[in-house]
Amino acid sequence: MKHQKWLLPLIVAVFAIALWKGLVVALDIKPFLLPGPDLVVQTLIKDWGLLGSALFNTLRITFFAFLAAVVLGSLIAFAFVQSKWIETAFFPYAVLLQVTPIVAIAPLIIIWVKNPTVSLVICATIVALFPMISNTTLGLRSVNPGLASYFKMNRASRWQTLVRLRIPSAAPYFFGGLRISSGLALIGAVVAEFVAGTGGTGVGLAYQILQSGYQLNIPRMFAALLLITVAGVLLFVLMNWLSKLALGHWHESEVKHEE
Amino acid sequence: MLSSDQSIIPNVSPAIEILSADKTYSNGTRALEPVDLKIQPGEFVTLLGPSGCGKSTLLKMIAGLLAPTDGRILIWSKPIDRVESSGHKLAFVFQEATLMPWSRVRANVCLPLDLHGDAKDEAEKRVNDSLELVGLSKFADAYPRELSGGMQMRVSIARALVTQPDLLLMDEPFGALDEITRNKLDSDLLDLWEKKKLTVVFVTHSIYEAVYLSTRVIVMAARPGRVVDQVNIDEPYPRGHDFRVSSQFARYAKTLQDSLLRAAAMGAPAHSASDVSTGSASDEPTNEAAQ
Repeated sequence: MKHQKWLLPLIVAVFAIALWKGLVVALDIKPFLLPGPDLVVQTLIKDWGLLGSALFNTLRITFFAFLAAVVLGSLIAFAFVQSKWIETAFFPYAVLLQVTPIVAIAPLIIIWVKNPTVSLVICATIVALFPMISNTTLGLRSVNPGLASYFKMNRASRWQTLVRLRIPSAAPYFFGGLRISSGLALIGAVVAEFVAGTGGTGVGLAYQILQSGYQLNIPRMFAALLLITVAGVLLFVLMNWLSKLALGHWHESEVKHEE
Repeated sequence: MLSSDQSIIPNVSPAIEILSADKTYSNGTRALEPVDLKIQPGEFVTLLGPSGCGKSTLLKMIAGLLAPTDGRILIWSKPIDRVESSGHKLAFVFQEATLMPWSRVRANVCLPLDLHGDAKDEAEKRVNDSLELVGLSKFADAYPRELSGGMQMRVSIARALVTQPDLLLMDEPFGALDEITRNKLDSDLLDLWEKKKLTVVFVTHSIYEAVYLSTRVIVMAARPGRVVDQVNIDEPYPRGHDFRVSSQFARYAKTLQDSLLRAAAMGAPAHSASDVSTGSASDEPTNEAAQ
């Protein structure tokens, strides 16, 4: 039972890769249409200098965007729960962040902000921000009314109520937000790089994919794609682990149940 | 200050004075007709009645969680927000255990002391004493979700006792528990009441719980919520399990039941007939919205 969690997906992966390789060989598909899995890994190793630094640059954008989304999202959520007026006045504009496609506003941001790294971080932050705002706001509001009365009856200060009641109550929602937001920060970073499409120093994985497309270097394109996917999965795993660390001992979602 | 035999001393100032306090919610629902009630130190008073009779509303007004629409409530001759200056303390136990699921039992019990800013080592000692009183010393480091409903309620009581209150207000605390657990907690509660010389105001809709626990039962009726009767339970403490199945017990239970039935049959007093016509239209009363 314990090993099934990673064993089953692993078996699926082995079969899928075997099928991929089998098809490529059996149908004699050319590498510039679909490279085999072995060629992708070879290219990854051969081009590591190029791809490794591109991965580093993309992850850097992702990291700063995610950090900004977490900090800004939490602050905005705190502001929202302070008064219904603030939330009513500003929530529609938070939704605006969510519904505006980033590809549509990225060119504008890239024109306005001279520093390319900063402009990319802003784009990716816009993508990652909304789940943090909405989840944390929901969490800060999800206080057990009985406990809230208890705090009130014991004349708890606003600060005590925030630290001892609201923030712990919000934690499960906050960590749910982290999981969504971390993935979106990566997607936002890659999309912004596509739109920016700039070369020079500090290029990311999206630029490598674009370049590989122009040069019909499909194995390198696959290698870059593989890196993005692996980075995304690792981010998710990391967030899961953080969530387990913080909530594992008390929240139903993370507590192990007997089967 | 309190007599050991729990009898009422006439010249001691009452623990609770309710002076013509009533409650009408902002939506116009009449939750409680004016109530006049004095509760002496050391009494165990139960508010008994059907849902909608305003018993929880009355208890919450005593605790200061709700303000009376009219009238006054004094706790040791002080209004609720100045009780501390009387040197007395009150604690409230809710229908649910209302524990913090993210904190261990120890931290949950310590919460009122933390909120008050008490010294750590003194607080720890009192937490241990309090857990000892409810028989949960072994579970100090457990999380609430690891405990049964009855044990969670004990933690909630320990949290109330840790402030060393002299007045304990309990809002149907054992209503969600099975009968066997409830009986056990009832008799443990009586032990605590005697040992700590508490004054208790207890809300329930169980006639049997009221007879078993109380020195005095306040019978209430619904639509509109009001006090209809008072019954003294003149039985010596400690009350053992035999009392639950004795003929006196049955007589008290019948007295209370008759009183409740009479109130229900009689309906509301004439001067609030308009409330009755709207109130009785719906099956479930809406005037316990505060619960």
